[in-house]
Order: sequence, then C-alpha cells, then structure tokens
Amino acid sequence: MERSPGRVWRAWLTRAGLLGLLVLIAGCSQNYHQTTLLPRSDITRLIDDLFMTTVWWAVVVFVLVEGALVYALFRFRSRPGDPEPEQTHGNTTVEIIWTVIPAVILAFIAVPTVKTIVKTSLPAPNPQVDVEVIGHQWWWEYRYPKLGVVTANELVVPVGKMVNLRMWSADVLHSWWSPQLASKRDVFPIFNNTRDKKINPLWFTADSVGDYSGQCAELCGIQHARMGLRVIVKSEADFESWVAKERVGSPLVEGGKVAAAIDSAWKADTVHTKGQAAFMSGGCIACHAMVGTPLAGALNLRGPNLSHTGGRTTIGANMYENTPSMLAQWLRDPQGMKQGSHMVLPRPLTEAEISALVAYLRMHQ
Amino acid sequence: MATSVLEHKAPAIPHHYPKTGFWSWITTVDHKRIGILYGATAFIFFLIGGIEAVIMRLQLIGPNGKLVDPDTFNALFTMHGTTMIFLGVMPLSAFFFNFFIPLQIGARDVVFPRLNAFSYWVFLLGAIFINVSFLVGAPPDGGWFGYANLTSARMIPSTAAAPAPGLNIDFWVIGLQILGIASIAAALNFFVTIINLRAPGMTLLRMPMFVWMSFIVQILLLLAFPVITVALVFLMMDRNFGTSFFMPDGGGDPVMWQHLFWIFGHPEVYILILPAFGIASEVLPVFSRKPLFGYTAMVFSGVFIAFVGFGVWSHHMFATGMGPFADTFFSLATMVIAIPTGVKIFNWIGTLWGGSLRFTTAMLFAVGMVALFIVGGLSGVMHASPPADLQQTDTYFIVAHFHYVLFGGSIFGLAAGAYYWWPKIFGRLLDEKLGKAHFWLTFIGMNLTFFPMHYLGLHGMPRRVYTYPEGLGFEFLNQVETVGAFVIVLAFLLFIVNIIKTWMGPANAPADPWHGATLEWSIPSPPQEFNFPNLPRVGSSVPQWDAWRAAGGKLPEPVRVSGDDIHMPNPSYWPLMAAIGLTILMSSLMLIRQWDYWYAITLFGTAWLFFSVYRWAFEPTGH
Amino acid sequence: MAHAATAHADSGHVDEHHWTSTGLNSRKIAIWGFIGSECLFFASLISTYLVYKGKSLVGPLPHTESQCMLDGKMQTCEAIFEIPLVTFGTAVLLFSSFFVVLALYGAQKGDRKMLLTWLSATVLCGLFFVGMQVYEFYHFYHKGLGYSTNLFGSTFYTLTGFHGSHVTLGVIWLSTMLYLAVRGKLTPDKSLNLEMAALYWHFVDVVWIVIFPVVYLMR
Repeated sequence: MERSPGRVWRAWLTRAGLLGLLVLIAGCSQNYHQTTLLPRSDITRLIDDLFMTTVWWAVVVFVLVEGALVYALFRFRSRPGDPEPEQTHGNTTVEIIWTVIPAVILAFIAVPTVKTIVKTSLPAPNPQVDVEVIGHQWWWEYRYPKLGVVTANELVVPVGKMVNLRMWSADVLHSWWSPQLASKRDVFPIFNNTRDKKINPLWFTADSVGDYSGQCAELCGIQHARMGLRVIVKSEADFESWVAKERVGSPLVEGGKVAAAIDSAWKADTVHTKGQAAFMSGGCIACHAMVGTPLAGALNLRGPNLSHTGGRTTIGANMYENTPSMLAQWLRDPQGMKQGSHMVLPRPLTEAEISALVAYLRMHQ
Repeated sequence: MATSVLEHKAPAIPHHYPKTGFWSWITTVDHKRIGILYGATAFIFFLIGGIEAVIMRLQLIGPNGKLVDPDTFNALFTMHGTTMIFLGVMPLSAFFFNFFIPLQIGARDVVFPRLNAFSYWVFLLGAIFINVSFLVGAPPDGGWFGYANLTSARMIPSTAAAPAPGLNIDFWVIGLQILGIASIAAALNFFVTIINLRAPGMTLLRMPMFVWMSFIVQILLLLAFPVITVALVFLMMDRNFGTSFFMPDGGGDPVMWQHLFWIFGHPEVYILILPAFGIASEVLPVFSRKPLFGYTAMVFSGVFIAFVGFGVWSHHMFATGMGPFADTFFSLATMVIAIPTGVKIFNWIGTLWGGSLRFTTAMLFAVGMVALFIVGGLSGVMHASPPADLQQTDTYFIVAHFHYVLFGGSIFGLAAGAYYWWPKIFGRLLDEKLGKAHFWLTFIGMNLTFFPMHYLGLHGMPRRVYTYPEGLGFEFLNQVETVGAFVIVLAFLLFIVNIIKTWMGPANAPADPWHGATLEWSIPSPPQEFNFPNLPRVGSSVPQWDAWRAAGGKLPEPVRVSGDDIHMPNPSYWPLMAAIGLTILMSSLMLIRQWDYWYAITLFGTAWLFFSVYRWAFEPTGH
Repeated sequence: MAHAATAHADSGHVDEHHWTSTGLNSRKIAIWGFIGSECLFFASLISTYLVYKGKSLVGPLPHTESQCMLDGKMQTCEAIFEIPLVTFGTAVLLFSSFFVVLALYGAQKGDRKMLLTWLSATVLCGLFFVGMQVYEFYHFYHKGLGYSTNLFGSTFYTLTGFHGSHVTLGVIWLSTMLYLAVRGKLTPDKSLNLEMAALYWHFVDVVWIVIFPVVYLMR
C-alpha cells in the first residue's frame, strides 16, 4: 500500500486549526465597518438571528459528516494482506434514515426562514422617515419628499425611527447595500416613459448613532467598486438641525428659492460670488444643482446636487474624505480621481477657479 | 453506427486520409482522439482562466490596488468566469464523456462520430473567438451573467467618458452562441449513445455511475441551452436593432433577462458538478474494493437533483424583490435539493465504510471532492434562506460558496478522473509522489484561497470590485487568499511537471492498474481504435469484477488484435468545414453595427455551412 | 482475443455492427432528442411573447386600433392581425403534415407515385406557408409595425421569424428528399431518411398549433 496518509492529515489539520484560529481572532476584532455580523437595526438583527440558526445547524452537520468521513478514512485504510471487504450494495434502513434526518434538519431551518421572510417582506409597519433612493453610475441620490431634502451618497437618518426607503435607478441595475443597518435590495431603472415602474422597498430602524459604510452590490460598470455609500445615524435633535440646514435652497422646498435675507447675505460674500462665477463659467452648472444658482431647484440633473457639499463627510461616493485638498484634487482631475466617471470637465479649471470653487462648496454646509 | 443520411456501400478508407500526423487529427472521428483534443484544448483555456484569476488576486492583495485598470479588472472576472465554466470545466467533462462513455458502455465509438468531431471544432473555434476579444482590445466586461441593461448598448446616452458601445459584450454574446451550438450537438450525441449503444446486458440500472451522471448532464444540456440561446438572441437584438427586450425605455424588463439567464444558469451548475460526482462514484468504490453503496439511490438522487434543479432558478434573484410567495417557494425548493445531495454524500461515505481503502492520488482527489463539497453544500443552504441571502448575495460569501462546489467539487472530481484514467488514455501511469504533492498543495491552497472569502463576504466585501478601500478590515484576509492562490499555482505546476515526466517515461501501463470494476479496464491501455474486438456481455454494474471473480482472481493481460474485419467510420474533414462555416456565419453578426453589408458575410457563411453539411450528409462513411 | 469471463457477445446472437440497446434506430432517437431541445427553445420565445403581451408603449397593436407612428407622423393605426389569411396558412401547414404521412407511407411501401405526389404536395404547402409569412411581414411592416417599433413587434417577429426559419429549413430538407425520390434513391429501406424529415416537419407544425392561438387568437 501507499505511504500512510495519517501524518499528512495531521499536518494539515494543524495548519487548518491555526488558520481557523487566526481567522476567528480577525473575525472578533471590531475593525469591520461594513460587516453583516454586527447588526445595528431591527431588520439586520432579524436576519442575523436567522443566519446564526443556520450557521449552528451547519456546524453540527459539518462536524458529524466530516467526522464520519475522516473516521472512515483512518479506520478503513487498507493494510497488507487485508481480505476482500464485504461486498455490501446498500442498506435500505440506513438509507432511509439519512434521507429523513437532513429533511428534518432542513425543516428546522425552513420554518424560521419562512417566518423571517414574512416579517422582512412586509411593508414598513410604522414608517417615520420616507426616503427615495436613486442609483446613478456611480453615486447615490437621496430625496426626502416629506422633509424637503435632496442629497447624495450619505443617507442621514434619526436613531430609533423607522426609515422607509423606496428605491430605483436612473440608468442600470444597482443594489443598495448597508450591511449593518438594512441588508440589500436591487434597484431597477425607471426612465421617463417607463410604464411598469419597479420600485423596491427596504426599511430599517437604526438602534445606535454612528457612521455606517455600505456600497453598491450589483455590477454596474467600470466604477462599481467605488459606488460607496454611508448611512449616518444621528440623534433626533441633530437630525432635525441637519434637515433645517438641508432645506435651504432644496429643489423640494419652493423650487430652490431661498429667503431674500439669505440671498442678499450670500451676494455680499465674495467667497460665494467668486465661487458661483466659477461654478457657472466652469460648466459645473450643466450637471449639478447648487443653491443660489438659477438651477438650484432642478431635479434629475446628471450629477449630484451640490447645495450642501460642505456638510458632507466624503466626496466621490464615499471614496475620499471631504477635505479642501481632496476637493481641489477632484476638481483638477476627476477622471484621474475616479476613472471612467461621468464627470467630464468641459475645459480644465484654472487654479484660481479651483480654489474659489473649493471655498464656495465648503461654505454651503 | 451508421450516420450518413444516405448509406452508400462501404468503400475502404480512402488513401488520402492519413492514420497519423497532423491531418489525421484534423479529420479524426475517433471518440478517443476527439476526447484528447477536448482535454488538451480545455487544459490550455483552464490555464488562461487561472492566469486571469492570479492577476485578480494580485490586484486585491492590498487596498486601492493599482495593478490593472478598473475596466481591465471587469474584463478579467468576466472572462475568468466565462472561461472556467464554458472553456474549462465543461470541455474537461466532455474530455471524459468522449473517452469513457463509449468505453464504459462497451461501444466502439459514439453514435455519430462526425457530429462529435463537429462539436469539438465548433467548441474550439468558439473558444478562440471569445478570447480574440483580448487581442482586439475589447474583452467582455459585463460579468459572466451579463445582466441587462448594463449589457444593453443604449444604456445611457454616450458621452466623452462613455462613448458608443464597443464590441466587448458582442464577443461574449456571439461567443456563447457558438459554444452553445457545440454543447447541444455534443449532448445530443452522448444522449443517443448512452440510450442506444450499451453493450448487450447493460440495462439502465447496470450502467456505471459516471455514465448515469453524464446521461443526466446531457439531458440538462439539451433542455437548458436553448433558453440562453433565446436570451442571447434578445440581447443581441437590443444591442444591434434598437429593440427593447430588456430595456425599460421601450417597455422591456431587465428582470426578464435574469429569469431567462438563470433558467439556463442553474441547471448549468449541475452540468458542471454532476460529471465530477460521477467520477467520484467510479473512483471511491475501486479504491475501497467494494461496490458503490446505494447504487439505485445514487441514480435517483441525481435524477431528482436535475429535475428540481429546473425549478429553483430564482434563488439567484432574491435581492430583486420578488415578494414573499416567490421567495418562499424558491427557498424551499432549493432546500429540498440538499436532501438528494446529502444522500449522495452519505452514500460515498457508506462506500468507504467497511472498505479497504487505498490512498492513490485519484482516491485522494475523490475524497477531497467529498470533503470540500460538504462545505459548499452547507453554505448553499445558508443563502437558500432569502433573508440571509439579502446580506450574502453579490458578496464574497457567494464567491466562497461556488468555488467550494466548483473548485472543490468539479475540479477535484476532474483531477481524480485524470489520475484514475490517465493510464487508460495514454498507456502511462502518472507519478504518484508528484500526484500526492499536487493533491495536498491544491487542497491547502484551495482552502487558503477560498475559505477566508466566507468571512470577507460576511464582513461586507462585495463581488466584482476591482479594489477596496482601507479601513474596512479586508486587508489581511485578502492577503491570505492571494498567498493561497499561489499555492494553487504551485500545485498546478507540479501537475504539469508530472504530465511531462510521464510523457517522457515508458508506455508500460497495464490494462487494469487499479483493479477497476468497469469495462474500460478489460481492454489494453491505450485502447485500440475499435475499443472492443467483440461486444462485451454485461451481467452487473461491475462487469470487470465479475470477470475477475469468474477467473478465480487472476485475469490475463488482454492482447491487441488486428481488428481488420471491424469497420470503423471513415475520417472526414467536413465536420471541420461545417464548423468553419458556422463560425463565419456567427462572426458576421459582430459587424452589424460596424458595416452596412454585414449580411453578405452571413450569407457567405451560411452557404459554406450548407455546402459542408450536404457534403457531410452524402459522404460515404465506410459502413 | 480479449480475456476470459467478461463474457463477450458471440457473434451468433448479436449483429455487432447494427447492435443497438433499444432496437430502435439511433437517428430516430436523435431527432426526438433534438425536438425535445427545440421545445425549450420555442417555450422561451412563447413565454417572452406572453410576458410582454400588452406591455407595448406605442402602437400598432395586434388586435385593436392604437396610436402609432406611420408615414412620419403619429396617427391612429388599425389592428395588425388579419385572421383569415393566417388561418388559411395554418390549415395549409396542418394539411402538409397529413400529406407527409401519406408520402412516407408511399416511401415505405415502395409506391413511387404516391411518394412523389404527396411529397411534392408537402413541399408546396411549406412553400405556401413561408410565402404567406413573408407577405404578412411585408404587410405588417407597411402598417407601421417595424421590428423595434414596440415590444409586440419585437416579440412577434422574433417568435414567428424563428418558426418561419424552421419551416424554411424543413422545406429545404423535404426538397432534398424529393430530389432523392425523383432520382429513385428513396427506396423503402431508406425510408427512415424521410421519416426523420417528417418527424421534424410534424414538430414544426405542432409548434405552430401553439403559436397560432397564443399569438393570433388570444386577445
């Protein structure tokens, strides 16, 4: 017979054990900001409970079946001079047992599965904040129709309130995924003349304040990997003051018009006037809505609404920190910062324009 | 084995058909030679697919990787998937179908030898066609699943950044159409071969398990491929003629593509795995010295898997929001498949139980397949649960799952088959020491590469991303995976060394080096052109063991005979000519948006195809 | 010769060169397998037609008047389908299935006259059907229904177009048989060649029996 595999098996087992330990240590550390394993909302906890049920069943089955396999491998390895083993062809009793047992185990998984399907597929039982989510290549648009807010990439929600998302896409399929708060749902394109509009719902109630990463989960073109998102859960008071700020010049509030007092204050501010001049002459206005410009109230432009860029923590769909230097770099070379993105400058901006724009965008929080 | 539409009198083999050398391979209709052509071709494309995987792993070794461009990365994972499925695992299975279905059922060839050659040539030309895309700088980049409307041409108005659609997806669409024709032709051939060319006495329930699983695969191929053919036609029309099959701006629905694709795509999964199940079911009994446990249960669990496999496609689409009823139905149907799969696993363990196990390389790979498939099966049950799938779909968890079933399952099964059948194919035994090193490195590398992917997926890493940012905790596990990928590369290099070493060694394999149970071991290694001088008579599912017992435990080495009185089909170059005509016809569809007179080439290809088919139909077959 | 007890067939009982496990001719099983595969092909096309039925955003529509773009302006277009012609075409195709049975009977009996008569009739029926479809496509196009006009146009032309191409292939196949029959090469022992063409022809016919009510009659 061949060399006994026992030694190699043991060596492998040691290695596998070490790896498993490493992985486990890695898994328990808190460095995962986009994980499904630390749920922070009602719906993700439901899903996590269900998943853990199947994981434990899987562990039991894994240990028993792999155990039986490995036992058989050691116990029945041939030795010199072995007689021919008994030529069994089957055993009906045993075969029935091992058909029935998995069926029973599956029933233990199927019942909570169906229960959870029912719970998670229900329309939001108690929606308190309505948000429309629109996927674009490669950024996310959020509209709060009742609160009058339009923003991009960073979804801001109050803690402890049920958020009800209605989601679609402006171009290709995407999938909005916030692992800790909401799980994911595909979004489907709705064009001007689309008759059967497929709007997917998703709801969640965040249970702790914080910043949560997420990203697009359906291949959507060259920058699919960089179609990030962030959900910022604020206390109720913080959320309300955020809404108050965002409502200024929002397309959903009086078509983007602002109070005369605010408008005249802006017009007296050279940061605003110089920035706005660059915004218009540099061509930004072609694709972006911005407070104080003639198109402040426009919806469905090609690029994200920039009215309150200064209040966002990231740019480029959760790609870069929203710092003056990053913003300047982005304006200098958007294709270099995010290759293939639909942001194409009609002409290169001058350094003077860039610094005027950076100051202008950061001023409007 | 008559295949001519009109059977002429059988002339002797025309002298311009050589028996050896280049032209003999071009004109061959011998199932064994065609099998070897399939194997060699698939091996090359398997290497290409592997190189694509390694480049991806290098890109992902750290955050913000810059080794390749985002669009190149998209092309890499698209072509890695497409290559491994259609140009790797499927033709490697066809390698074994070709070589061993006739040998295991006691036939002299497949039922339509020239159709068999045609299948191979169409496959080869389709495989080259789809890879030519790299050379012209337009590799497919829409994923192996090609979801509309990303793959529809008028997705968004063109801009400087996204100019008019390139030929990338067209290569994928037309390439898959060509490969589909090859698959259906081959499937029809093996389907009829298994039904009609079994040796006297080989009833359906005496067929070797590899033949049974292959039989099921052929039926799946026949029923699943037409669906993707239709889907690809629609997509082609959307791209070229302004239709709206999958475009919402004209009333179409991108979800329709997903339904059509997965009605094909899910049976395709079983098309990839069942041959490996069949091989394991051959190898485990032989090296346990005991027949397959629960033969009938194995047969019917395979049939059941295939049947239910047609009713679970929407479990790929839970995230599309189908509603609780569809979710529940497809979830439960998917879980039900776990039962027959479990029966198979238990029967394999039952086969080992009480046996006398010899750990040859083939046996190690077969046992490895069982061990790894269990992992893939269990993670499969996890995302059969729609709520859990909402977190797992389109993440690395799924990548982990299907590499456990396709690498751990299919590739390990095929490797077991390679070590088991190599002596029969080439008359040379692969080196067992190198083989065992190959196994252990593959086993370790495989687990290092794919096991951490479970964690990455659960920790939020999506699939098909060219890079990931720092700070999400993805760095360490990605490094481990890249190291694992290189362990697999090393293992594969050992396999190549083994092949070269064996090639240069003496051709001294006996007819039956393993004490095999099935008919292929009753004839010399490698077999003669006609396989069996006389059709064998079969009295059980282990005919060679019957013979061995009847002979009192000692069988003489079978001798080679002249076989002059055995008529074998004539070689023919018309299958190749027909395949070329078909490829010209299909390639012309690439030019629709490029050249106003594209249909001139279509007509030319059609004429060429028809001419070749008529010459083929009226050609004397030597029978 | 090969060794002992894998009891080899002794040639006395088995004709090794014509042995089949089922006793059926392999080509016949193959054509049935092919037909099975084709069923899924047409099932996919027909399902798509049904899924998209009534989803067209603009006219023309199959059974009712609608607004459509014709001669460069939006106007009220008449319903596309004209049932009498296609019903006649359907009848002709159905009769051809009957004729090919008679032709096959003639071929099997060695009745040359019967074979030639009915095979010619079958081919003529097939040609008529293809001609009807070409006329129909031409006519529909001029009523405003282009291939990409709306979902109805795309799914209709794709489904009936693929069926029509199958009929055309059948006509070519049957014409080849007719040519052989004329040259006296379709003798009774070769009648399987015609039988296979006939099986395929019946299948194409059966598909039309599904398409006709689903597409033309169902509103």
